[in-house]
Amino acid sequence: MTDTPLFTYTLRLADNALVLGHRLSEWCGHAPMLEEDLALANMALDCIGQARNFYTYAGEIEGKGRTEDDLAYLRDCDGFRNILLVERPRGDFAFTILRQFFYAAFMHPYFERLSASKDERLASIAAKAVKEMAYHLRHSAEWVIRLGDGTEESAARLAEALVDLWPFTGEMFEVDETERALIEAGVAVDPAALRPLWLETVDRVFADALLARPQDGWMQTGGRRGEHSEHLGHLLADLQFMQRAYPGSTW
Amino acid sequence: MTEKNMPLWEVFIRSRTGLSHRHAGSLHAPDAEMALQAARDVYTRRGEGLSIWVVPSSAITASDPSDKDALFEPTASKIYRHPTFYEVPDEVGHM
Repeated sequence: MTDTPLFTYTLRLADNALVLGHRLSEWCGHAPMLEEDLALANMALDCIGQARNFYTYAGEIEGKGRTEDDLAYLRDCDGFRNILLVERPRGDFAFTILRQFFYAAFMHPYFERLSASKDERLASIAAKAVKEMAYHLRHSAEWVIRLGDGTEESAARLAEALVDLWPFTGEMFEVDETERALIEAGVAVDPAALRPLWLETVDRVFADALLARPQDGWMQTGGRRGEHSEHLGHLLADLQFMQRAYPGSTW
Repeated sequence: MTEKNMPLWEVFIRSRTGLSHRHAGSLHAPDAEMALQAARDVYTRRGEGLSIWVVPSSAITASDPSDKDALFEPTASKIYRHPTFYEVPDEVGHM
């Protein structure tokens, strides 16, 4: 690996946003109601927009002429640096909402801090993303409350999603050598420092949703190092098909 | 999706160019907060809005179409109510 820490860091931010954006986009035309179909597609477009900005910057940092499209469409699974949480299959509506809540409750304060980064490009991308994540957090949190305190079925589905998703939340807060130096230089955000705030948000919403926060047990890890579940491959097959089958095609 | 859990809401948007809220359409949502969010997602996708109102459709009392003549016909002969007989000074602005 000859990638610079700043390249890897920017790529991680981009990959998280692209993969989650794709998962949200899978609801387009399939959501339980028209209103939510549009809401999920809106959030998907926010994520994909963030990914584009980060990819473009990553390509410039790398300096090998790779564009946002090259980075999104022409890397294989082991080149992706997203956390495992975002590549989990879309699941049912409760699963998608709870994942979005966990992610937004983390990324909203994260982008707030990143908007004060010493790296001006990262700061400006984050400043735009903060407003988007504020809405994702508001929307998903309100749904978590209504599903948890809703019908017997909605509560059961949400509880099941929680069991599935909780072990994937730990990876958001990991700090490795790649990021440590950037954090100390004031370029990157220290995710571990955000955990108390994240737990506070989760506890506040769970109290209204009548959900109990699980005990912390073993957490899944690996995505940020390029070790992914089989689900990412299927996602990329979908996402990258056109560029792989018809290289360079545009419309 | 039952009407009980997802009642109908009427959405009013105050646009960038308009002065008052105008009826934009309707949507289904479990309560007022979610209706506001749905209205944002459904009716302000192209930067239309500056403010949103949502109102439960059941709270609206509508006139009966068969009362049309009694309600509206008597005004037809009162053309002096149209503000066409005098000039509005520019300083008045919007009326």
